[in-house]
Amino acid sequence: MRLEVDVRHLQGAFRLDAAFASDAAVTALFGPSGSGKTTLVNVLAGLIRPSEGRVMLDGEALFDAARRIDVPVHRRGIGYVFQEARLFPHLSVRSNLGYGRRMAALAGRRGEADEFDRVVALLGIAALLDRKPAGLSGGEAQRVAIGRALLARPRLLLMDEPLAALDVARKAEILPYLEAVAAETRVPIVYVSHSVPEVVRLAGTVVAMDHGRVVACGPADAVIGGLDATASDDAGAVLDAVVAGEEADGLTRLDTNAGPLLVPAVGRPLGARLRLLVRARDVLVASEPPHGLSALNVLPATVTAIGAPHGASVEVMLSAGTATLHARLTRRAVEMLDLAPGRPCFAIIKASTLAGDGGPPASPSPIADA
Amino acid sequence: MTLDLTPEETTAIWLTLRVALVAVAASLPVAILVAWILARCRFPGIVFFDALVHLPLTLPPVVTGFLLLLVFGRRAPVGAFLAEHFGLVFSFRWTGAALAAAVMGFPLFVRAVRLSIEAVDRRLEDAASTLGAPRVLVALTVTLPLILPGILAGGVLAFARAMGEFGATVTFVSNIPGETQTIASAIYTYTQVPGGDGPALRLTLISVVLSLGALVLSELLARRTRRAIGQTRR
Repeated sequence: MRLEVDVRHLQGAFRLDAAFASDAAVTALFGPSGSGKTTLVNVLAGLIRPSEGRVMLDGEALFDAARRIDVPVHRRGIGYVFQEARLFPHLSVRSNLGYGRRMAALAGRRGEADEFDRVVALLGIAALLDRKPAGLSGGEAQRVAIGRALLARPRLLLMDEPLAALDVARKAEILPYLEAVAAETRVPIVYVSHSVPEVVRLAGTVVAMDHGRVVACGPADAVIGGLDATASDDAGAVLDAVVAGEEADGLTRLDTNAGPLLVPAVGRPLGARLRLLVRARDVLVASEPPHGLSALNVLPATVTAIGAPHGASVEVMLSAGTATLHARLTRRAVEMLDLAPGRPCFAIIKASTLAGDGGPPASPSPIADA
Repeated sequence: MTLDLTPEETTAIWLTLRVALVAVAASLPVAILVAWILARCRFPGIVFFDALVHLPLTLPPVVTGFLLLLVFGRRAPVGAFLAEHFGLVFSFRWTGAALAAAVMGFPLFVRAVRLSIEAVDRRLEDAASTLGAPRVLVALTVTLPLILPGILAGGVLAFARAMGEFGATVTFVSNIPGETQTIASAIYTYTQVPGGDGPALRLTLISVVLSLGALVLSELLARRTRRAIGQTRR
């Protein structure tokens, strides 16, 4: 799949001016609320007609203002999972799931016979089939919505913050299903989110947006690592990790490209590849090896750069192993420790967030624990 | 007093039911179409169109009846055309009574349907489009089922209005026993003659029972429909 977008659109006082290209299995549109992410996916779906530009999917123009091409929504073959499930209240879960298939059948296209059962099993919704949407929980409804979109056999699946309306527990319940969908169905996904952990966990390519513009586009670790840590609590480094062993006291040993780390049990087999988010606010810097400290993870590092100060804070970049760590420190601490590029130091990692499988997983477990 | 109805009274009752049912059935598709236009379309002159649809609600019924006579009368332009090409005659026929009843109930019908169309979550329609449904199928498979309670409510209102129609009917198709004499006009006739109080009272009673029955039936149907389309309350 290759998606190329270059559109401009004026909506009241809001101006969208976005261009990016991606051929990743999962592309994340990332940015704060109001940055134009939803407007952009609506443009991709055809629900909003931009004033200029074009949208190309695998070389086919879905929209091209110059050539006066605007393929209608129902013929784009683009699935859409909205923030709210938007299930049809008058239809059972089974009929909701079958809606796209019936439309395809009316247009003369037939799906594979076992497709329905496969998607139902993948999303764990077999027990819900005869219920009405009104009787579903938020997480159940969203899973049905994902299944409904998949069963319409889309060439591209848009997901607009599908977890935004759910509480933390429900989010954790759905994320593994999203990973399974991305890995097993081979439908490319454009995933909208303002959550760094979600993006790191799911996406190959990240398109960062702000004020209607694309501010960065590239691999997840590069884009997330490039975020301003003094402005965002979730900014930090994305590390590649391999499960190296289980400790007797319940900790898991990981080999990362920044060095060995101990994290709470991850429930993954030995050798499993993971992605780890180390937030800049969770990294401390010491000029000498620390003693009498409760933190378990201390990595030798070298200061590589010091960012521009923002209020009392400043972001310090450290190289550890082959990775770059980010630390959000106070200006006073930087002066006190006399930190400067080239200076050796120790990075103390207070906490890290397990961000999911790295690389193409051979057989993802839909009940993987985050 | 007993409920032994005279043949005239029985005829009036059946005629009323037939007139009201035909009026509702015939105006149903038009009412949905007009309600859809008013709820969804924006064009210059929509305010005027809206006012036109509501006119029968505010005009004296006699005026509406007279206008119908001017348009659909035997020698009137539209009336003559319909009689010649389709054999459809309105003047002094029960069909004319149905037309008058339909026109009088039309604004109520449209209002109820329009409100329910405006209440439909259009995001559901967007969802249907992304699932591959062309606009017509979105309307048939999503919007229409969701506005069923509104159609039902509007239909019952229009039916009740049709059963009670008097002014426009009498003006347009007169008060002919067996052809255009409905319960309302029969009661009027009985009150104008000596000794007519008994029959008038019997028909009044029947009228109350029919109206009440229609309302109860519609409420029951509406509840069932709402449950079927997943609305727990409105």
